[in-house]
Amino acid sequence: MTANRAGARTTISVLAGLTVVLFASAVVAAFIIAPPEMEMGDVQRIFYFHVSAAWTAFLAFFVVLVASILYLRTRLIKWDILATSAAEIGVVFTTVTLLSGSVWARSAWGTWWTWEPRMTTTLMLWLIYVAYLLLREMAEDPDRRGVFAAVFGIAAFADVPIVFMSVRWWRSLHPAVVTEEGFNMDPLMLPALFLSLAAFTTLFAYLLLVRAQLGQSESVLAELRQRLYLEDEAADEYREVLTGTG
Amino acid sequence: MLEASERTTLGSPAVPSESGLPSFIATAYAIVAKDVRSELRTRSAVVGSLVFGLLVVVIFNFALNLEGDAARETGSGALWVAIVLAAMMGFNFIFAQEREQGGMEGLLLSSPDPSAIFFGKLAGALLFTLALEAFLFPVFAVFANVSILSPALPAVILLGTLGFVTAGTLFSAMAVTSRARELFLPLLLLPVAVPVLIAAVEGTRVAIQGGPWADLVPALSVLAAFDVVFLALSPVLFQFVIEEMTS
Repeated sequence: MTANRAGARTTISVLAGLTVVLFASAVVAAFIIAPPEMEMGDVQRIFYFHVSAAWTAFLAFFVVLVASILYLRTRLIKWDILATSAAEIGVVFTTVTLLSGSVWARSAWGTWWTWEPRMTTTLMLWLIYVAYLLLREMAEDPDRRGVFAAVFGIAAFADVPIVFMSVRWWRSLHPAVVTEEGFNMDPLMLPALFLSLAAFTTLFAYLLLVRAQLGQSESVLAELRQRLYLEDEAADEYREVLTGTG
Repeated sequence: MLEASERTTLGSPAVPSESGLPSFIATAYAIVAKDVRSELRTRSAVVGSLVFGLLVVVIFNFALNLEGDAARETGSGALWVAIVLAAMMGFNFIFAQEREQGGMEGLLLSSPDPSAIFFGKLAGALLFTLALEAFLFPVFAVFANVSILSPALPAVILLGTLGFVTAGTLFSAMAVTSRARELFLPLLLLPVAVPVLIAAVEGTRVAIQGGPWADLVPALSVLAAFDVVFLALSPVLFQFVIEEMTS
């Protein structure tokens, strides 16, 4: 247990260092090396971080799915902790994706929000996983909370492709205010994109480990509290027997 | 008390347990029969939900002024929102009886197969929601002065209702044991059921406007995809939920 903890602490320090280095290089690559985009100009530079945040959010929700399946199979608390941790981080990164997308849309399309399929799907994703976190708040019993959250985590992930499919078709029915405009990637833009993807992914791994450790500590603390409470009660009873009170 | 009444219901001659039907169907049927009978006697879920659905339709009429072309264009959206909200009111009742006095244990004792319980409950919720729609669609047609006599409409309604009710049954099983039960179900069900809502609204709109079958294909395929995924997934996931409901 202690060796395990020490190992985890080393991994966390390494990940933290790696994240700092990668983020610094990504910032350099995105703001200095990458050329400004021809039509959108400097605003396009948010793209590198926006795409990376979106990728990380999807990765996080995939981790929720895998951890949920493993929890239902094994009923080991660690998988439940991993699923919660990933869901929380996923919601944060989805928020980052929505906000950075909104800023970019304001500049590129002249509007803070448009019901474009990917934006809409991201919003639904955000709502679904906020519901996941609320579900955890509302279920009282810890075992029940774990199982219900896992069931919802699996159903939610299966739902996401259908949401995207329906939203894309729904958008095609209504006149589009803005149309998708792609841009050709300059080879000098690629380092920025890949460094940023790597930086966000290591940041995710770092946050996940820290959050999972916190969850582990919480569950150990809850256990200790429970034991202390029981011992206290036993001691009280013992004292009552000895003194003949009560 | 409830266990005893359930045992008599399950053992009553109405249950075709000796008629050679597979026990899966017999169990599911017994559960539907029990729920329908108890609902017909108490009328606790249906009447309240019907009136609530009617209210939502009326309120949408004030909010959006649904008449003529406006009704044909946006009426299907208002109608499906009314159906979804009223149906969710009723879903809170799906497992309400089992919640008290060990009803869930009784149900589990009566059947070795949890997915039979799921499909029994699903069938009951489906009957309830279809009854709701059988009431709200004509009401909408009269209020908005729109014809709903379209051969495509039943397909949209059936596929849409099936998917919504399947996810609704699974989630209401979780909701019934939780705090803030009434809030729990919509929070989980609405974001997940968005594809159903989108496709049912658009499909109904096309059907009401008398569009060709080809225009309905995207709506029907979204609904079918949702139905297939949730019909496959929900009975499996329900086994884990039901374990927690009894503990």
